[in-house]
Amino acid sequence: MALLEVTSLTKYYGDTAALRDISFEVKKGEFVAVIGPSGSGKTTLIRCINRLIPASDGKIIFDKENILNLRGNALRKARAKIGMIFQHYNLVERLSVIENVLHGRLGYKSSLEGMFGVYSEEEKEKAFNIITLLGLDDYVYRRCDQLSGGQMQRVGIARALVQDPRMILCDEPISSLDPSSSKVIMDYLKKIQKEFGITVVVNLHQVDVAKKYAQRILGFNGGSLVFDDEPGELSKKQIYKIYGTEAGELIID
Amino acid sequence: MNSLLTNSEGAGTYLKSKRIRLFLFFVGLFAAAALSMAATNYHIEDSFTAIPKVIVWMARNLVPDGKSLTRLPKILDKLFETVLMSVAASVSAAALSFPVALAGSATSCKQRWLMYSARGVASFFRNIPIVAWAMIFLLTFGQSPFTGYVALFFASFGFLARAFIEAIDETAAAPVEALRAAGGSYGHIIFQGVLPSVLPQMVSWVLYMIETNIRSAALVGLLTGSGIGFTFSIYYKSLQYQSASLVVITIVAVVLVIEAVSNKLRRLIL
Ligand SMILES: Nc1ncnc2c1ncn2[C@@H]1O[C@H](COP(=O)(O)OP(=O)(O)OP(=O)(O)O)[C@@H](O)[C@H]1O
Ligand SMILES: [Mg+2]
Repeated sequence: MALLEVTSLTKYYGDTAALRDISFEVKKGEFVAVIGPSGSGKTTLIRCINRLIPASDGKIIFDKENILNLRGNALRKARAKIGMIFQHYNLVERLSVIENVLHGRLGYKSSLEGMFGVYSEEEKEKAFNIITLLGLDDYVYRRCDQLSGGQMQRVGIARALVQDPRMILCDEPISSLDPSSSKVIMDYLKKIQKEFGITVVVNLHQVDVAKKYAQRILGFNGGSLVFDDEPGELSKKQIYKIYGTEAGELIID
Repeated sequence: MNSLLTNSEGAGTYLKSKRIRLFLFFVGLFAAAALSMAATNYHIEDSFTAIPKVIVWMARNLVPDGKSLTRLPKILDKLFETVLMSVAASVSAAALSFPVALAGSATSCKQRWLMYSARGVASFFRNIPIVAWAMIFLLTFGQSPFTGYVALFFASFGFLARAFIEAIDETAAAPVEALRAAGGSYGHIIFQGVLPSVLPQMVSWVLYMIETNIRSAALVGLLTGSGIGFTFSIYYKSLQYQSASLVVITIVAVVLVIEAVSNKLRRLIL
């Protein structure tokens, strides 16, 4: 059964089309990689899905609801079910690891509780468990601006996990990291998908990484979806189609 | 290759014309200075030859004597009042500036019209000099400490609102995005995302404002008849230069102390 169903999604910034008539489905528990050259619309797609930016046209059905029709609290509830991981981690760097992780619970909180950071024992225990799962148990009370990039990204993952999400969206989660931290992060994402059955949609610039981790790859070019298949089907010809001939040659070498 | 050449030529002419414009600007500036000196009969050489005479006069008239020292408690009292007024004006202006800055930052405000109006208000208040505020309120309220406070308040409000808007734009965008994506409400985003991110910068600006306001308060006090500025003007007008200069010395001392204290605080919070 499809958890996410995108139909004829279109996004214009003024006159420039960032997404043109995009349709695809993501099954529950699937690991999907989104690839494409710079400016092809990967970030725009991810952000339309959780409504960080408004779509111009189309339908996004997530968990049987059309995301594009939601407002107010209903939108907050839907966002709570979708975790998000960013290239630059987007933590409140002056706060501690535990405080940042607990921010993942805000989607479930009443206004006053959330504003003053009042969390239940259950929520705190959950946050601790997830922090331990991500190997950050020595850093619980450490301020995030004292962590390495790889550690900050693990805090980002913990914050997304504490939301109890059905799906996690990642916008280039490893683009600011060195190869070994990148592998750690990708392995955690894979583990989350495998062990918790959470759907993962991840924007990547590295085709080899996409092939290694994803069960399905979406290839974008100029705002159009030009490839939607298993990694095994990503032939030379398809890579040229996604990246153009010159960049494609570099990638294949 | 060809286009590269024309590009570098284009850059060459661009830089050259930029240099010429800079040169013309300075020529114009000196010409304007020379003209205005001529028009006002101001002779720059006279000012320099007068310096030794000035020093002798200052040594004779401006070193505080015994009589002026007996006034020290009274002066310190007024100075304390001025410091309190500056702190009060800075802190209350900051309290008003924060909501205005939330409305004025693209990070925390999605309504374009509201953002531009808040920015407009902040710029308006910022661009009116404090002396102009002092005169406006002098006409409205007459000479009183309240007038001084209000003048400092409005000038600080404009400055702090602009500074806070920039702080929010710069440091809060990323966490705001994350909390929005997690389903946080507007209140959550402001209290859990924006506030902790910008608080140190905000405190730092308020400390800076307190320092500036103590300096301005002396000047504003002259006009509005409040605080240490007023004390200064009384001594000055009654030709008690030793006492007036003691006032200046105490102001300088307090400004230095406050600056040292706020630098310490800054280092603590950052
Ligand atoms: N806020 C914006 N205003 C106007 N145009 C935008 C805006 N954001 C993105 N675009 C345009 O939309 C298109 C898609 O951008 P997007 O950021 O989605 O690409 P991307 O695939 O994520 O690229 P990258 O790999 O560099 O992150 C680009 O042409 C970009 O210039
Ligand atoms: Mg992008």
